[in-house]
Amino acid sequence: MASLKDLRARIGSVKSTRKITSAMKMVAAAKLRRAQTRAEAARPYAAAMRRMLAELGAGTRGQSGLPTLLAGTGNDRVHLLIPITSDRGLAGGFNANVNRKTRDLIGQLQAEGKTVRLLPVGRKGGDYLMREFSDLILDKIHGSGGKEIPFSAAAELGERIAAMAEKGEFDVCTLVYNRFQNVMSQTPTTMQLIPLALPANDVAASADAPVYEFEPGEEELLSSLLPRNLQVQIYATLLESAAGEQGARMTAMDNATRNAGKAIDRLTLKYNRTRQTNITNELIEIISGAQAL
Amino acid sequence: MSIEVEIVSPEKVLFSRAVEMAVIPGLEGDIAAMPDRAPMMLLLRGGVVELYENGVVTERFFVAGGFADMTATRCTILADQATALADLSVADAQKRLAGLEASYDAADKMNVPALDLLMAKMQSARAEIEAAGGEAVKAA
Repeated sequence: MASLKDLRARIGSVKSTRKITSAMKMVAAAKLRRAQTRAEAARPYAAAMRRMLAELGAGTRGQSGLPTLLAGTGNDRVHLLIPITSDRGLAGGFNANVNRKTRDLIGQLQAEGKTVRLLPVGRKGGDYLMREFSDLILDKIHGSGGKEIPFSAAAELGERIAAMAEKGEFDVCTLVYNRFQNVMSQTPTTMQLIPLALPANDVAASADAPVYEFEPGEEELLSSLLPRNLQVQIYATLLESAAGEQGARMTAMDNATRNAGKAIDRLTLKYNRTRQTNITNELIEIISGAQAL
Repeated sequence: MSIEVEIVSPEKVLFSRAVEMAVIPGLEGDIAAMPDRAPMMLLLRGGVVELYENGVVTERFFVAGGFADMTATRCTILADQATALADLSVADAQKRLAGLEASYDAADKMNVPALDLLMAKMQSARAEIEAAGGEAVKAA
């Protein structure tokens, strides 16, 4: 049986753990709000981009000689997967979910006889995949889900992917990331970046929609809009993943705090019982000693 | 009569208001967005967007390239990077221009798309210096 001193020490340590987890929960909540605001602020650009792409895409559908970023290479052999995870842990199943999804996807693609390349963003995903698929990893990118996510980070990644696409280093590019549903739940989701699925054009579908003029030409616009769109898509997922990370951490830390509270109650009960037993034992000893006289 | 003008960068919405007219630096020349204009999409060069109200320029923004989507009632400017003119810094832009010029000199002269991209960036940096310098003179 644990001694009173041991129990006191354990209660103390669980109490300080609870303090840490509850502080982390608060911090995550504050960061979550900021991350959500940023994700919302980035939405108008992405929406306008989608509108323009839809308008442009309607005219070019089915044409040949389209840019690689839009149409892909025409093959389906080499797949580039980009799992987006966080740099830090202690966020519940946040990273594990993406990692598992990536792993399943790799297995599935390899079973179909396709070549898989990996470009993990975020330390947690990179480290995990390094163990099993180190030969598939092209490079690891750190610094996702940090304090600030500058657009330049997404732009850099986008440029790199675009350059690789132009060189034909892969045929299909897919992002694996946590979609932010709400604070409680993030769903690991895949999104195909290349070839791009153009959004449906609901405006031009109506008969009296105005006819757009394009300056310079439609193709030039499309070819400069596409790389930009790639960057914006990546940026949006990075922001979403960052918000999700904070949400997941908040939930995980909330659970941890609650569990710590329960453990403290249980230990305190045990401590009091032990103390009571000790007193009773001492009393019995004294009384039986007195009776023996 | 007014037109809803929105200037958005990837990070946020910088400006969103109804104005009388917006003059936009198009790739092939400046273009004015006014109410009841035929819808148009254009590429932007680095330059200054000027917003007119009651016949005078009320706001100026520097945009470093991007796109614009104009319709009869609305004008959305998707800027790669947008800054209020007052926040521009000549020194920063000059430093960037110097860096770009160096990489232009070092670049492979056969790689035309890359050169075009560098040229566009240099043009944007020059326009930024000009925009920032113009403002500084006015303030003095």
